[in-house]
Amino acid sequence: MSDIDSTHIPEHSRRDFLYVATGMAGAFGAAAVAWPFIDQMRPDASTRALASIQVDVSAVEPGMSLTVKWRGHPVFVRNRTEQEMQAAQETPLDQLKDPVARNENLPADTPATDLARSAGEGKENWLVMIGVCTHLGCVPLGQQGDFGGWFCPCHGSHYDTAGRIRKGPAPENMAIPTFEFVSDTVIQIG
Amino acid sequence: MSGGHSTYTPKTGFGRWMDARLPLPRLIYDSFVAYPVPRNLNYAYTFGGILTLMLVAQILTGVVLAMHYAANTELAFGSVEKIMRDVNSGWLLRYLHANGASFFFVAVYVHMFRGLYYGSYKAPRELLWILGCIIYLLMMATAFMGYVLPWGQMSFWGATVITGFFSAIPLVGDWIQQLLLGGFAVDNPTLNRFFSLHYLLPFMIAGVVVLHVWALHVTGQTNPTGIEVKQKTDTVAFTPYATVKDGFAMVVFLFVFAYFVFYMPNYLGHPDNYIEADPLKTPAHIVPEWYFLPFYAMLRAITFNVGPIDSKLGGVLVMFGSIILLFLTPWLDTSKVRSAVYRPWYRLFFWLFVADAILLGWLGSRPAEGVYVALAQLGTLYYYAFFLVIMPVLGLIETPRRLPNSITEAVLEKNKAGSLETQPASQR
Repeated sequence: MSDIDSTHIPEHSRRDFLYVATGMAGAFGAAAVAWPFIDQMRPDASTRALASIQVDVSAVEPGMSLTVKWRGHPVFVRNRTEQEMQAAQETPLDQLKDPVARNENLPADTPATDLARSAGEGKENWLVMIGVCTHLGCVPLGQQGDFGGWFCPCHGSHYDTAGRIRKGPAPENMAIPTFEFVSDTVIQIG
Repeated sequence: MSGGHSTYTPKTGFGRWMDARLPLPRLIYDSFVAYPVPRNLNYAYTFGGILTLMLVAQILTGVVLAMHYAANTELAFGSVEKIMRDVNSGWLLRYLHANGASFFFVAVYVHMFRGLYYGSYKAPRELLWILGCIIYLLMMATAFMGYVLPWGQMSFWGATVITGFFSAIPLVGDWIQQLLLGGFAVDNPTLNRFFSLHYLLPFMIAGVVVLHVWALHVTGQTNPTGIEVKQKTDTVAFTPYATVKDGFAMVVFLFVFAYFVFYMPNYLGHPDNYIEADPLKTPAHIVPEWYFLPFYAMLRAITFNVGPIDSKLGGVLVMFGSIILLFLTPWLDTSKVRSAVYRPWYRLFFWLFVADAILLGWLGSRPAEGVYVALAQLGTLYYYAFFLVIMPVLGLIETPRRLPNSITEAVLEKNKAGSLETQPASQR
């Protein structure tokens, strides 16, 4: 074997190129075949089609809540009382664990004021949010906990009357989905 | 395998015909009949056989349960109740399968603690140990997905919480979570794929078990002294010695298992799982199955942010890290001596570690508040310290006891000491 001198072969031979090219083609081919197997696991068309619902809230008086199912998650629609709004408005922003509004309808860096958490000017009494604890996804119980808002029984997270995290392991305020009042009494979520 | 040479001689004409074409009888003979095992193996070494039995039992009961189960959110809960009430012997098969999972974990925990006590993971058995860790991971995935299938409240909310771990990963977390769930929340696509994977994974476990046993038969078994086999008198033949010992241990193990199946079949389960899954209502107290409780306690112990890592991601990292430590154990333990029998300090810390694991398990079943959180933080600290501080440091500073020269010497010494203790009256 030693009498074959490797220096006679050019450093980058045609054969090297063919090896690399074949290997690359094989890798791309394998990835192209693998992708559908991964892609099929993502949410399918029928799941994504349920992305928008309309809710009639005409019967929800102040102090009442409605829970609707949207994308498999509960959405809390609450007509808040004067006291609840007042309590949330009077909370200084520096006492909040998560200072961001987490409101899909507003820019991502909006501060978590009570107005930014509510349905907006003139509709401050309405709070529409995904009723899922931002810790590990349990459904918090309404009008409970240290701040009179929501309390998650799983790992003890307390939310205030604007759905903002105040105490416990949850990292974020409860998320507010994209929604709008399509009429005075009907909300479209999603 | 058995020292590299086979002692199998086919006795019949058909045996010789087979042996020249597919020497499967030879493989079985060399692996499970003539295979030499250390003569001093105790009952802690019988759990490998018990685990094989449990795997086969779980696959058998699982395959027949799948004949009656419907993996659809509308039907799943009802179909499990149908198995319990209508299907002939269905109640027995389901209780065998559900309790079988628990007893599978009982056996695997004894097996793992055995390995930690006798230093079974040390060179040249690192890969053998790592294959075992992979089996354990696959077992956890299989058990978790199996628990989702009855579609009770604990099924649903357990799945929600555990898939929620992945949302803690920065940037791609939500994408991964949706990929696992097949939607925005646990729903029918989730149940369907969990059923498919729950059926698949046990066969992958069986595949890794083959590699595990292969690696075992290359290096040979360890034994309570931790000394390698050196001479022929150190070993006995697998059959009848190990076969009978394993068989007896299986009978005792199955006796306890049967007691649970027939007299307390729901003791290890959770009553909330007899309520059908409701995506709008969380049970007051979500707990995983008992065999996940120590890890659950560690997850919840991280209630504080560390720099850029928030408490949620921190908890998930600590929980997964606790299992990664097992993979690294062969390199974390610096001691040249395998067995805790000759390591007085390691033995103390080992038993503290066992107590710590049990304490964490109990804390995992408690609500995450007050003193329980502080205790879980202490328990987590010891768990990590055991692997990352005690194992590396102790190997360097501990003075081990004198090791016998061979397994035979250890056995003879023990027999001599034993006979002196039992016969003093006749000698006086």
